[in-house]
Amino acid sequence: MAKKDMKNNKDLTIHFMPYSEIAKLESLQRIKKLIGLVLEGKIIILQGRLTAEEQTKLIENTMTLIGNIKGFQGVEISTLSGEEDQSMFDKVRHNIARILVGEQDAITLIGPASVVKDIKRDPKKIELMLKRR
Amino acid sequence: MVMKLFKGWGKKFFSALFKSKENVKLGFYGPPNAGKTSLANRICQDWLGEDIGVVSKIPHETRQIQFKEKVSIERNGKKIEFKLIDTPGIATKIDFEDFLGFGMKKKEAQTRAKEATHGIIESIKWLDDMDAVVVVLDSCENPYSQVNITIIGNLAARKIPVLIVANKIDLKKSDIKKIGAAFPEYKVVGISVKSGEGIDNFYGEIFKLVKKAK
Repeated sequence: MAKKDMKNNKDLTIHFMPYSEIAKLESLQRIKKLIGLVLEGKIIILQGRLTAEEQTKLIENTMTLIGNIKGFQGVEISTLSGEEDQSMFDKVRHNIARILVGEQDAITLIGPASVVKDIKRDPKKIELMLKRR
Repeated sequence: MVMKLFKGWGKKFFSALFKSKENVKLGFYGPPNAGKTSLANRICQDWLGEDIGVVSKIPHETRQIQFKEKVSIERNGKKIEFKLIDTPGIATKIDFEDFLGFGMKKKEAQTRAKEATHGIIESIKWLDDMDAVVVVLDSCENPYSQVNITIIGNLAARKIPVLIVANKIDLKKSDIKKIGAAFPEYKVVGISVKSGEGIDNFYGEIFKLVKKAK
Protein backbone atom coordinates (compact mmCIF):
# COMPACT_ATOMS: atom_id res chain seq x y z
CA MET A 1 0.00 0.00 0.00
CA ALA A 2 1.46 3.34 -1.07
CA LYS A 3 2.21 5.52 1.90
CA LYS A 4 0.06 8.62 2.07
CA ASP A 5 0.79 11.78 3.96
CA MET A 6 -1.38 13.35 6.60
CA LYS A 7 -2.37 16.93 5.75
CA ASN A 8 -0.09 19.35 7.51
CA ASN A 9 -2.28 22.41 7.88
CA LYS A 10 -0.78 25.34 9.71
CA ASP A 11 -4.28 26.60 10.50
CA LEU A 12 -6.31 24.94 13.20
CA THR A 13 -9.76 23.85 12.02
CA ILE A 14 -12.53 22.87 14.37
CA HIS A 15 -15.32 20.98 12.68
CA PHE A 16 -18.68 21.09 14.47
CA MET A 17 -20.70 18.05 13.49
CA PRO A 18 -24.38 17.73 14.41
CA TYR A 19 -25.62 14.23 15.19
CA SER A 20 -27.77 14.27 12.06
CA GLU A 21 -24.60 14.04 9.94
CA ILE A 22 -23.89 10.54 11.21
CA ALA A 23 -27.31 9.40 12.44
CA LYS A 24 -28.23 7.52 9.27
CA LEU A 25 -24.78 6.12 8.57
CA GLU A 26 -23.71 2.56 9.28
CA SER A 27 -21.03 2.18 11.95
CA LEU A 28 -18.16 1.70 9.50
CA GLN A 29 -19.28 4.69 7.47
CA ARG A 30 -19.37 6.83 10.60
CA ILE A 31 -15.85 5.84 11.50
CA LYS A 32 -14.62 6.42 7.97
CA LYS A 33 -16.14 9.90 7.95
CA LEU A 34 -14.61 10.83 11.29
CA ILE A 35 -11.17 9.44 10.46
CA GLY A 36 -11.29 11.24 7.12
CA LEU A 37 -11.68 14.57 8.89
CA VAL A 38 -8.98 13.70 11.40
CA LEU A 39 -6.57 12.91 8.57
CA GLU A 40 -7.24 16.43 7.27
CA GLY A 41 -5.84 17.67 10.55
CA LYS A 42 -9.23 18.81 11.88
CA ILE A 43 -10.58 18.64 15.40
CA ILE A 44 -14.13 17.35 15.46
CA ILE A 45 -16.74 18.38 17.99
CA LEU A 46 -19.50 15.87 17.49
CA GLN A 47 -22.94 16.24 18.93
CA GLY A 48 -23.54 12.78 20.31
CA ARG A 49 -21.32 9.78 20.88
CA LEU A 50 -20.11 6.61 19.28
CA THR A 51 -21.21 3.32 20.77
CA ALA A 52 -18.60 1.36 22.73
CA GLU A 53 -18.17 -1.00 19.78
CA GLU A 54 -17.77 1.90 17.36
CA GLN A 55 -15.10 3.38 19.62
CA THR A 56 -13.11 0.15 19.52
CA LYS A 57 -13.54 0.00 15.75
CA LEU A 58 -12.24 3.57 15.59
CA ILE A 59 -9.20 2.56 17.63
CA GLU A 60 -8.63 -0.50 15.42
CA ASN A 61 -8.81 1.57 12.26
CA THR A 62 -6.55 4.20 13.78
CA MET A 63 -3.94 1.61 14.64
CA THR A 64 -4.05 0.25 11.08
CA LEU A 65 -3.35 3.72 9.70
CA ILE A 66 -0.41 4.53 12.00
CA GLY A 67 2.73 3.75 10.08
CA ASN A 68 0.85 3.76 6.76
CA ILE A 69 0.00 7.45 6.78
CA LYS A 70 3.09 9.63 7.24
CA GLY A 71 2.74 11.98 10.16
CA PHE A 72 -0.31 10.20 11.61
CA GLN A 73 0.19 9.19 15.23
CA GLY A 74 -3.38 8.31 16.13
CA VAL A 75 -6.20 10.23 17.76
CA GLU A 76 -7.22 11.83 20.99
CA ILE A 77 -10.87 11.24 21.81
CA SER A 78 -13.14 12.03 24.71
CA THR A 79 -16.90 12.01 25.31
CA LEU A 80 -18.75 14.09 27.83
CA SER A 81 -22.31 13.23 28.65
CA GLY A 82 -24.71 14.57 31.19
CA GLU A 83 -25.00 11.24 32.94
CA GLU A 84 -22.54 11.79 35.76
CA ASP A 85 -24.04 12.26 39.25
CA GLN A 86 -27.51 11.43 38.04
CA SER A 87 -30.10 9.77 40.21
CA MET A 88 -31.47 6.41 39.14
CA PHE A 89 -34.69 8.10 38.00
CA ASP A 90 -32.76 10.63 35.89
CA LYS A 91 -30.73 7.82 34.33
CA VAL A 92 -33.92 5.97 33.35
CA ARG A 93 -35.32 9.19 31.84
CA HIS A 94 -32.06 9.71 30.02
CA ASN A 95 -32.06 6.20 28.60
CA ILE A 96 -35.64 6.59 27.38
CA ALA A 97 -34.73 9.88 25.68
CA ARG A 98 -31.73 8.18 24.11
CA ILE A 99 -33.94 5.43 22.66
CA LEU A 100 -36.27 8.07 21.18
CA VAL A 101 -33.80 10.57 19.75
CA GLY A 102 -30.56 8.60 19.53
CA GLU A 103 -27.21 9.22 21.11
CA GLN A 104 -27.47 13.02 21.00
CA ASP A 105 -27.09 13.66 24.69
CA ALA A 106 -23.31 13.89 24.68
CA ILE A 107 -20.41 15.76 23.12
CA THR A 108 -17.46 13.92 21.64
CA LEU A 109 -14.12 15.52 20.84
CA ILE A 110 -11.86 13.77 18.34
CA GLY A 111 -8.62 15.16 17.07
CA PRO A 112 -5.36 14.00 15.49
CA ALA A 113 -2.69 13.24 18.07
CA SER A 114 -0.26 15.33 15.99
CA VAL A 115 -2.38 18.42 16.76
CA VAL A 116 -4.00 17.55 20.08
CA LYS A 117 -1.53 16.99 22.88
CA ASP A 118 -4.10 15.66 25.32
CA ILE A 119 -7.78 15.69 26.12
CA LYS A 120 -8.22 15.68 29.88
CA ARG A 121 -11.54 14.53 31.13
CA ASP A 122 -13.00 15.04 34.53
CA PRO A 123 -16.45 13.88 35.51
CA LYS A 124 -17.97 17.18 34.41
CA LYS A 125 -15.64 18.78 31.91
CA ILE A 126 -13.24 18.18 29.04
CA GLU A 127 -10.04 20.18 28.54
CA LEU A 128 -8.39 20.16 25.16
CA MET A 129 -4.64 20.81 25.06
CA LEU A 130 -3.05 21.56 21.72
CA LYS A 131 0.54 21.00 20.71
CA ARG A 132 2.68 24.06 20.17
CA ARG A 133 3.25 24.72 16.47
CA MET B 1 -39.33 -40.91 38.57
CA VAL B 2 -39.58 -37.99 40.99
CA MET B 3 -36.83 -39.49 43.17
CA LYS B 4 -34.63 -39.82 40.09
CA LEU B 5 -35.22 -36.17 39.24
CA PHE B 6 -34.41 -35.13 42.78
CA LYS B 7 -31.26 -37.21 42.76
CA GLY B 8 -30.14 -35.63 39.48
CA TRP B 9 -30.87 -32.13 40.73
CA GLY B 10 -29.10 -32.80 44.02
CA LYS B 11 -26.07 -34.17 42.24
CA LYS B 12 -25.90 -31.13 39.97
CA PHE B 13 -26.32 -28.74 42.90
CA PHE B 14 -23.53 -30.26 44.99
CA SER B 15 -21.16 -30.72 42.09
CA ALA B 16 -21.68 -27.07 41.14
CA LEU B 17 -20.72 -26.10 44.69
CA PHE B 18 -17.50 -28.07 44.77
CA LYS B 19 -16.50 -28.51 41.15
CA SER B 20 -13.67 -26.30 39.94
CA LYS B 21 -14.62 -23.93 37.11
CA GLU B 22 -12.58 -25.04 34.15
CA ASN B 23 -11.72 -23.44 30.84
CA VAL B 24 -12.67 -19.94 31.96
CA LYS B 25 -10.76 -17.40 29.90
CA LEU B 26 -9.68 -14.57 32.20
CA GLY B 27 -8.31 -11.55 30.37
CA PHE B 28 -6.17 -8.73 31.67
CA TYR B 29 -7.00 -5.46 29.97
CA GLY B 30 -6.16 -1.83 30.47
CA PRO B 31 -4.04 1.08 29.25
CA PRO B 32 -0.28 0.68 28.73
CA ASN B 33 1.98 0.65 31.80
CA ALA B 34 -0.82 0.06 34.32
CA GLY B 35 0.79 -3.20 35.47
CA LYS B 36 -1.19 -5.90 33.66
CA THR B 37 1.80 -8.11 32.92
CA SER B 38 3.32 -7.42 36.34
CA LEU B 39 0.09 -8.61 37.96
CA ALA B 40 -0.19 -11.59 35.62
CA ASN B 41 3.43 -12.46 36.51
CA ARG B 42 2.60 -12.22 40.21
CA ILE B 43 -0.29 -14.66 39.82
CA CYS B 44 1.79 -17.06 37.73
CA GLN B 45 4.71 -16.92 40.16
CA ASP B 46 2.45 -17.46 43.19
CA TRP B 47 0.60 -20.43 41.69
CA LEU B 48 2.79 -21.85 38.91
CA GLY B 49 6.28 -20.73 39.88
CA GLU B 50 6.96 -18.97 36.56
CA ASP B 51 6.40 -15.67 34.75
CA ILE B 52 4.08 -15.06 31.81
CA GLY B 53 5.96 -12.16 30.25
CA VAL B 54 8.60 -9.44 30.40
CA VAL B 55 7.94 -6.14 32.13
CA SER B 56 9.65 -2.77 31.88
CA LYS B 57 9.01 0.91 32.49
CA ILE B 58 8.83 1.53 28.75
CA PRO B 59 5.18 1.60 27.61
CA HIS B 60 3.95 -1.12 25.26
CA GLU B 61 6.40 -3.74 26.55
CA THR B 62 3.70 -6.37 25.97
CA ARG B 63 2.95 -6.26 22.27
CA GLN B 64 1.47 -9.72 21.79
CA ILE B 65 -1.27 -11.70 23.51
CA GLN B 66 0.32 -13.95 26.16
CA PHE B 67 -1.32 -17.04 27.64
CA LYS B 68 -0.95 -19.26 30.65
CA GLU B 69 -3.15 -22.36 30.55
CA LYS B 70 -4.69 -23.96 33.64
CA VAL B 71 -3.80 -21.46 36.32
CA SER B 72 -5.18 -22.85 39.58
CA ILE B 73 -5.91 -20.76 42.64
CA GLU B 74 -6.87 -22.40 45.93
CA ARG B 75 -8.52 -20.61 48.81
CA ASN B 76 -10.31 -21.90 51.91
CA GLY B 77 -10.54 -25.41 50.52
CA LYS B 78 -11.97 -24.25 47.20
CA LYS B 79 -10.22 -24.19 43.86
CA ILE B 80 -10.71 -22.33 40.62
CA GLU B 81 -8.91 -22.88 37.36
CA PHE B 82 -8.68 -20.54 34.42
CA LYS B 83 -6.71 -19.64 31.34
CA LEU B 84 -4.89 -16.39 31.99
CA ILE B 85 -4.68 -14.07 28.98
CA ASP B 86 -2.43 -11.04 29.22
CA THR B 87 -3.08 -8.44 26.52
CA PRO B 88 -1.15 -5.47 25.11
CA GLY B 89 -2.23 -2.15 26.60
CA ILE B 90 -4.83 -0.32 24.55
CA ALA B 91 -4.13 3.24 23.41
CA THR B 92 -5.57 5.58 20.80
CA LYS B 93 -2.20 6.94 19.70
CA ILE B 94 1.36 5.68 19.31
CA ASP B 95 4.33 7.92 18.58
CA PHE B 96 7.66 6.18 18.15
CA GLU B 97 9.41 9.34 19.36
CA ASP B 98 8.06 8.66 22.86
CA PHE B 99 10.32 5.60 23.02
CA LEU B 100 13.45 7.58 22.14
CA GLY B 101 13.33 9.13 25.59
CA PHE B 102 14.03 5.69 27.05
CA GLY B 103 17.33 5.43 25.20
CA MET B 104 16.00 3.53 22.21
CA LYS B 105 17.38 4.12 18.71
CA LYS B 106 15.06 5.42 15.99
CA LYS B 107 14.69 2.18 14.03
CA GLU B 108 14.11 0.14 17.20
CA ALA B 109 11.52 2.69 18.36
CA GLN B 110 9.71 2.58 15.01
CA THR B 111 9.60 -1.21 15.11
CA ARG B 112 8.27 -1.13 18.66
CA ALA B 113 5.58 1.37 17.63
CA LYS B 114 4.53 -0.82 14.70
CA GLU B 115 4.38 -3.91 16.93
CA ALA B 116 2.38 -1.95 19.50
CA THR B 117 -0.27 -1.03 16.93
CA HIS B 118 -0.63 -4.69 15.93
CA GLY B 119 -0.84 -5.64 19.60
CA ILE B 120 -3.69 -3.21 20.21
CA ILE B 121 -5.63 -4.58 17.25
CA GLU B 122 -5.19 -8.09 18.67
CA SER B 123 -6.28 -6.97 22.13
CA ILE B 124 -9.49 -5.57 20.72
CA LYS B 125 -10.18 -8.70 18.68
CA TRP B 126 -9.73 -10.90 21.74
CA LEU B 127 -12.36 -9.00 23.77
CA ASP B 128 -15.06 -11.21 22.26
CA ASP B 129 -13.42 -14.38 23.54
CA MET B 130 -13.12 -13.46 27.20
CA ASP B 131 -15.32 -15.02 29.89
CA ALA B 132 -14.24 -12.52 32.55
CA VAL B 133 -11.88 -9.57 32.59
CA VAL B 134 -9.63 -7.90 35.10
CA VAL B 135 -9.21 -4.26 34.08
CA VAL B 136 -5.92 -3.02 35.50
CA LEU B 137 -5.64 0.73 36.00
CA ASP B 138 -2.81 2.85 37.32
CA SER B 139 -4.29 4.42 40.46
CA CYS B 140 -2.03 7.47 40.00
CA GLU B 141 -3.51 8.31 36.61
CA ASN B 142 -6.80 9.96 35.66
CA PRO B 143 -9.33 7.13 35.37
CA TYR B 144 -11.65 9.10 33.08
CA SER B 145 -9.58 8.44 29.95
CA GLN B 146 -11.57 7.41 26.90
CA VAL B 147 -9.55 4.20 26.63
CA ASN B 148 -10.72 3.07 30.07
CA ILE B 149 -14.31 4.03 29.32
CA THR B 150 -14.19 2.28 25.93
CA ILE B 151 -12.76 -0.96 27.36
CA ILE B 152 -15.26 -1.12 30.20
CA GLY B 153 -18.13 -0.03 27.95
CA ASN B 154 -17.33 -2.86 25.55
CA LEU B 155 -17.21 -5.41 28.33
CA ALA B 156 -20.53 -4.17 29.69
CA ALA B 157 -22.09 -4.38 26.21
CA ARG B 158 -20.89 -7.98 25.93
CA LYS B 159 -22.09 -8.72 29.50
CA ILE B 160 -18.63 -9.91 30.49
CA PRO B 161 -18.03 -9.78 34.26
CA VAL B 162 -15.39 -7.23 35.24
CA LEU B 163 -13.14 -6.62 38.20
CA ILE B 164 -11.30 -3.31 38.28
CA VAL B 165 -7.87 -3.39 39.86
CA ALA B 166 -6.30 -0.11 40.96
CA ASN B 167 -2.57 -0.81 40.92
CA LYS B 168 0.32 1.16 42.37
CA ILE B 169 -1.42 2.08 45.64
CA ASP B 170 2.02 2.21 47.26
CA LEU B 171 2.69 5.50 45.47
CA LYS B 172 1.85 8.91 47.01
CA LYS B 173 -0.16 10.06 44.00
CA SER B 174 -2.46 7.03 44.18
CA ASP B 175 -6.16 7.87 44.40
CA ILE B 176 -8.28 4.75 44.49
CA LYS B 177 -11.41 6.72 45.47
CA LYS B 178 -11.28 8.54 42.13
CA ILE B 179 -11.34 5.21 40.31
CA GLY B 180 -14.29 4.07 42.43
CA ALA B 181 -16.11 7.33 41.61
CA ALA B 182 -15.39 6.95 37.89
CA PHE B 183 -16.77 3.39 37.76
CA PRO B 184 -19.29 3.11 40.60
CA GLU B 185 -21.04 0.04 39.14
CA TYR B 186 -17.90 -2.05 39.48
CA LYS B 187 -15.92 -3.62 42.27
CA VAL B 188 -12.56 -1.85 42.61
CA VAL B 189 -9.68 -3.56 44.37
CA GLY B 190 -6.61 -1.59 45.37
CA ILE B 191 -3.28 -3.39 45.10
CA SER B 192 0.40 -2.84 44.74
CA VAL B 193 2.00 -5.56 42.68
CA LYS B 194 5.37 -4.13 43.69
CA SER B 195 4.84 -4.32 47.47
CA GLY B 196 2.25 -7.11 47.55
CA GLU B 197 -0.30 -4.96 49.35
CA GLY B 198 -3.89 -6.06 48.69
CA ILE B 199 -2.92 -9.20 46.74
CA ASP B 200 -4.71 -11.58 49.10
CA ASN B 201 -7.93 -9.58 48.84
CA PHE B 202 -7.43 -9.53 45.05
CA TYR B 203 -7.32 -13.33 44.96
CA GLY B 204 -10.58 -13.43 46.91
CA GLU B 205 -12.19 -11.17 44.30
CA ILE B 206 -10.80 -13.30 41.46
CA PHE B 207 -12.66 -16.25 42.95
CA LYS B 208 -15.92 -14.31 42.83
CA LEU B 209 -15.19 -13.05 39.30
CA VAL B 210 -14.44 -16.49 37.85
CA LYS B 211 -17.60 -17.87 39.45
CA LYS B 212 -19.67 -15.18 37.70
CA ALA B 213 -18.12 -16.10 34.35
CA LYS B 214 -20.02 -18.34 31.94
